[in-house]
Amino acid sequence: MNIKKDIAISDSGFVFDPTTGESYSLNPLGVEILTLLKDGDDQKEITNFVLQKYEVDSDTFENNYYDFLNMLKQFNLTEPQA
Amino acid sequence: MTNIMKKQKYERPIINRINAGVSNKFGTQTKINIISEIDGLAVKDLLKDYGSPLYVISEREIRETYSKAKQAFSTRYPKVQFAWSYKTNYLDAVCRLYHKLGSWAEVVSGFEYDKAIDNGVPGSNIIFNGPDKSEEDLTKAIKNGSLIHVDHFDELYLIMKLADKIEETPKLAIRVNMDTGIYPQWDRFGFNYENGEAWNALNRIMLNEKVDLVGLHTHIGTYIMTPNAYGVAAYKLAELAVRVDKKYGHKVKYIDMGGGFASKNTLKGAYLPGADTCPSFDDYAEAITNALINSEIDPDNLPTLFLETGRALIDDAGYLLGTVLANKRLADGRRSTIIDIGINMLFTSFWYEHNIVPAQETTHHTEDTTIYGPLCMNIDVIRAAIQFPLLNKKDHVVISRIGAYNMTQWLQFITLRPNVVIIDMEKNVHVIRENETKKNFDQLEKVPEYLK
Repeated sequence: MNIKKDIAISDSGFVFDPTTGESYSLNPLGVEILTLLKDGDDQKEITNFVLQKYEVDSDTFENNYYDFLNMLKQFNLTEPQA
Repeated sequence: MTNIMKKQKYERPIINRINAGVSNKFGTQTKINIISEIDGLAVKDLLKDYGSPLYVISEREIRETYSKAKQAFSTRYPKVQFAWSYKTNYLDAVCRLYHKLGSWAEVVSGFEYDKAIDNGVPGSNIIFNGPDKSEEDLTKAIKNGSLIHVDHFDELYLIMKLADKIEETPKLAIRVNMDTGIYPQWDRFGFNYENGEAWNALNRIMLNEKVDLVGLHTHIGTYIMTPNAYGVAAYKLAELAVRVDKKYGHKVKYIDMGGGFASKNTLKGAYLPGADTCPSFDDYAEAITNALINSEIDPDNLPTLFLETGRALIDDAGYLLGTVLANKRLADGRRSTIIDIGINMLFTSFWYEHNIVPAQETTHHTEDTTIYGPLCMNIDVIRAAIQFPLLNKKDHVVISRIGAYNMTQWLQFITLRPNVVIIDMEKNVHVIRENETKKNFDQLEKVPEYLK
């Protein structure tokens, strides 16, 4: 999944989408994942990063990760699939 | 020295759209309240020891609230008597605690009447209300010298007929319904004041030598937010008492103002939280006692003031503890959290926006959430829309202020009713109603031979 290249992500958790004018707020892990996605990391890399840093099992994270991606899609923060 | 980096606490990733321009007038909630213990006992331990979900009753809260209510009335009026409203919560341990504190019993069926007797309440300290009292119930109540509050003329004539056969004199009061300036006006119980029916019933009682008029009763409604309505009701009952005294030289022994005081729960559709808007016991007491004291009732023969407060006395003392079963995403992006507490255990969720909070620390991040119960029924919604922290499966939640009506109006529907425990003043936990088992229900069912 490709994240829109022109969205602005602040360290404090705010996201601005210049194409729609919408703003969003993220929690700390949301910021980390969105930044990694914008940098082009894939699911495996992101999962490794999270499992090493946080107290969570892979099933729980996978479940939450897909839910997060769905929300990004719902908010039109992803590039349309080619 | 080994250098093992400790992993950080996990919170699932979330993203919320910022909606400028439609903010809440009162600002967004910045602090997430949690209830991690009740009377010093950890919620997680209670759930581990007694199962989830779990009803918890705090004796400390019962005592504190009762004491506040008693003080509010007894400092304003010389003769006050509380009667525990059985229908609000008739678990025997709860009833016995109120009786220990000095409450009489107020019952509305033969079943509740027998419960009160079994709980050691003397027959003369039982108030028998309600539209459904069988001949057998009435006979028992008359013989025990209980206070029978007559609901309709059919009942009055039945009592008069029984009085011919029974040696004991029935002790009667009438329930009076009236316009107190509030909506809805309850007129289905008792005799109406404004159309003269109540006065007519009083005359019929006074003219019958075999029955004794001992009191006057009203119960103007439920969750009444206007103390002044009680003032109007007390004034009207006092006026009836004075008329009876003038016409017959007979003084009623008590005036029973019923119940209906609001608890601090928030009604659905209310703009402000109940805790900020509900009148205090002092507000109700001021309105009622002023009306009685300022009436024409002979000050040397003031009737006892009876109160049948249920909800306002016990709601705060009840908690329902539960566990998150799952999280899922609804079609419009809202979070849905499914917990193991359904509407079958929380009947009051039909009219309250119940206070539901996590039982463990969370961050300040929240999502628009709908909280569902575990039933496979679309109506099983505990909170339709709440800003709720990011709980995970197996996390615990606490719903507070559920002591009134839930442990009587609960339903055996789809799941079985769980344990009910009380925490005593020494922080000991006692099971006061065991969780139901399938066996309990098998005992009552019968399968006809041809279906076996």
